[in-house]
Amino acid sequence: MGIVHRLYHGETAFPLIARRRRFYAVSIALCVIALGSLIFRGFNLGVEFKGGAIFTVSAPSSVDLHDTRTFVESLGVNEPIVQTVKTSTGQTKVRIESAPLTQAEEQKVVEGLASHFKVDANSIDSRDVGASWGKQVTRKALQGLVAFLIAVILFISVRFEPKMAAAAIIALVHDLLLAAGIYSITQFVVTPSTIIALLTVLGYSLYDTIVVFDRVDENTKGIERGNKSTYSEAAELAVNQTFMRSFNTSLIALLPVSGLLFVGALLLKAGTLKDLALALFVGLGAGAYSSLFLATPLLADLKEREPRFVALQGRVAQRRSGAAAPVRLSQRSTNAAEGEAVESAPVATATATAVRRTGAPPAKRKPKGSRPTGKKRKR
Amino acid sequence: MARPGPSSRGQLHVWRYLGALLVLFVALYTTVAFAGQGSAWLKPKLGLDLQGGAQVILTPKTESGKTASSAQLSTAVDILRQRVNGAGVSEAEVFVEGEQIVVQVPGGNRDSIKAATKTAQLQMRRLVESAPVVPTTPPTTAPSATPSAAVSTPTASATPKKRPVTAGLVQAGTPTPTSTPSATPSPSEAPADAGPLVRSGDVYSPQAFALLDCSDPKARLGGAPDAPNQEIVACDRFGTEKYHLAVAKVVGKDVKGANVGTDSLGTQIKVVVSFKGKGQDKFTNLTKEAFGATPPTNRVAIVLDGVVYSAPTIQNVINGDAEITGGFSQKEAEQLANVLKFGALPLNFESGDAEVISASLGDDQLRSGLIAGGIGLAAVVVYSLLYYRMLGFITISSLLVSGGLTYAMVCVLGKQIGFALSLAGIAGFIVAVGITADSFVVYFERLKDEIKEGRTPRSAVDVAWKRAIRTILNADAVSLLAAVLLYFFSVGGVRGFAFTLGLSTILDLVVVTLFTRPLISLLSRQRWFSRTGPTGFYGPDGGQPNTGATRPSLTTPQEA
Repeated sequence: MGIVHRLYHGETAFPLIARRRRFYAVSIALCVIALGSLIFRGFNLGVEFKGGAIFTVSAPSSVDLHDTRTFVESLGVNEPIVQTVKTSTGQTKVRIESAPLTQAEEQKVVEGLASHFKVDANSIDSRDVGASWGKQVTRKALQGLVAFLIAVILFISVRFEPKMAAAAIIALVHDLLLAAGIYSITQFVVTPSTIIALLTVLGYSLYDTIVVFDRVDENTKGIERGNKSTYSEAAELAVNQTFMRSFNTSLIALLPVSGLLFVGALLLKAGTLKDLALALFVGLGAGAYSSLFLATPLLADLKEREPRFVALQGRVAQRRSGAAAPVRLSQRSTNAAEGEAVESAPVATATATAVRRTGAPPAKRKPKGSRPTGKKRKR
Repeated sequence: MARPGPSSRGQLHVWRYLGALLVLFVALYTTVAFAGQGSAWLKPKLGLDLQGGAQVILTPKTESGKTASSAQLSTAVDILRQRVNGAGVSEAEVFVEGEQIVVQVPGGNRDSIKAATKTAQLQMRRLVESAPVVPTTPPTTAPSATPSAAVSTPTASATPKKRPVTAGLVQAGTPTPTSTPSATPSPSEAPADAGPLVRSGDVYSPQAFALLDCSDPKARLGGAPDAPNQEIVACDRFGTEKYHLAVAKVVGKDVKGANVGTDSLGTQIKVVVSFKGKGQDKFTNLTKEAFGATPPTNRVAIVLDGVVYSAPTIQNVINGDAEITGGFSQKEAEQLANVLKFGALPLNFESGDAEVISASLGDDQLRSGLIAGGIGLAAVVVYSLLYYRMLGFITISSLLVSGGLTYAMVCVLGKQIGFALSLAGIAGFIVAVGITADSFVVYFERLKDEIKEGRTPRSAVDVAWKRAIRTILNADAVSLLAAVLLYFFSVGGVRGFAFTLGLSTILDLVVVTLFTRPLISLLSRQRWFSRTGPTGFYGPDGGQPNTGATRPSLTTPQEA
């Protein structure tokens, strides 16, 4: 039975928590690369952040902005902002904003513009422009961010529990780091749109994590009173139960964004669209990945240290050494048949297979066999 | 804890939900239709990057002729940004260009941007004489000419007897524009309407004082030179009283800061002005001179841009802050505080001509953005149909409903609070597709789970909803938290983003409760809903879902 079929039927049983160290290693490696690039390469900041040069030329009343932009780019200016300005006296001017230029480059642009618009080079006004994204905007945004993080930690702590808040915030930092890192690595221009995109990532990352944690919370309620499965197993089951949901949601969110990225980067080659779409694409992808592969394993690691869950591990191990895996499997199939048993133990509900990450090796390969064979003929 | 069924009769009142949604739809689109004029009624307001706007260039000049420091310029930029981007969602831009400040407002016309960048200097002047203005229109109520505001230390008791007067003043203030200024000279002003218009803030002369017709809104526009070292004639801002004022003793540069607050009773909005060291001395001296002087010279007028905001009687020597009251709305008070802060800068701004600017992004960007979004959405449609089969149509129609609501909201908000859509905003809404879709993905997956566990599709619809809405609420709460906090803390583009996020989250909840859920409930009554073929639901044995006849025990909702 192929992976697609299993995905479609919601029968995934990925040992996400059992293999958590692998995912940690991947995440750490990626974060280190991102961080390294941020430190050593830094950002390619747009004119909105660091200012630049601005040229004003008198122009005939109708100007083809697209042509002008292409022309200015051919002079070696990266991502210029080209606008027309109509004064109250009816004059038309073209305003070109670019990243900071050296004197020679500036001279080249002025001469190019003079010949393009057939005006005297002396009539072209060139001056410095300050950052339009003021320091206050950044400061206030950071204040908002800090307030939000505190509030979200409180919210998750109260609504769920503090350890979930910790895991969610680590996943969030991971996502933001990767999204920011990709800008540093590709040296795409960072514009205000990029910042907005990063904030979108922040919202999405937490949103996605909460959806998974909501299921973990549901699955682990009252679990320490039983001896059926450990916290990690219950959490792993939750991840698998929400796997298709996460996959579908992320795909549905990523499809339009990859459209933006594709059109922006490949067809237009430049501009806000590309800048925006890259942050969104990487961020949303990382957000989906981290809520399943990072946040939940982290949470399980944190929780397994609690005495009550350590005790639970002991009881589960004891029970399993007494009754071997096959017994548990047969018990599971009875569960499915008896509706009432299903309800009393949500942990055992879905198709499958929290059994995997137990100490008992015999259980490891079982889930496949445990699947009802009747399905084959159906599809 | 056992929960009761969705309704006592076991059936959801589907039509109530759908009806509520319809009402919402009609209400929104009617608002849009009435708010706009002509054919433009269904056009959202676009940001500077997509549609361009108007710009004004301000050239700062210090009194000593020095160039303004960058710190001063950036303070000016911050204040101007607050002024032109009041609610924070209009995507207006303010930045330094060379030694000038450029203010850009999306779609704005030239007049509105001029008004928005107006600078005003605060002056405090003692009254020399005052006269009530007799309205030229048929009097409705006898206009009370007494000023309303009180200057006092924040701790000093407010003067309660003045409160009713304030109410009267607000009343009198609103209808003034109806007066027809030109034709009938007001009876009290003997000289006929000869000569140039005397404006509030013009230099004092006995003729000017006699000629000043405060019931004429044109006279109260402000902008007269109001030189601080000369006596002037002035009107109050509602045109109910006119004044002859002494030279200014306190000016804008003496002000340190200005904040909006409410008085001790919490009923009246006030602007609290604090002074710099020397300014404080000047203000204290002014109150010392005025305190106990013969009326009306015991009153001090607070003049902005040649117009008197309030002219309270001084009831004490004041060593602290000044308070300006005068029946302000919260917005007016904020504007005034901003104007005062701006006036406190040691700079004069010479404002250039208003110009019209084109979009900063090519229209190719908007077009390809929309095309890209379209392609992406088409992919979403194909995927939903493949994965969810018939249920995919629910996804698609929910997205359509959500899109329809969002579009109407953007149009309405564009008209109401100047909400402008930038390219980033459009991308934000495209991402919101994912968040909206997630709500029913969560629901559908839950539904599949419940059916696989042996529920009949019909009973699973309600159980899955209860579980799903819990998840959706938790996740949306976090999004809303982000939106609200970022909105209140941030300025500029970040604020616009927060607004977009909050809006799409709320719309998500609206769509999923008022549309998706009732629709599924409705469809679950169809026979095909219980078959694997159209729905992709599988029963516990991997075959057809349970029909309910064989498993009655499962039709009651499960415990949470």
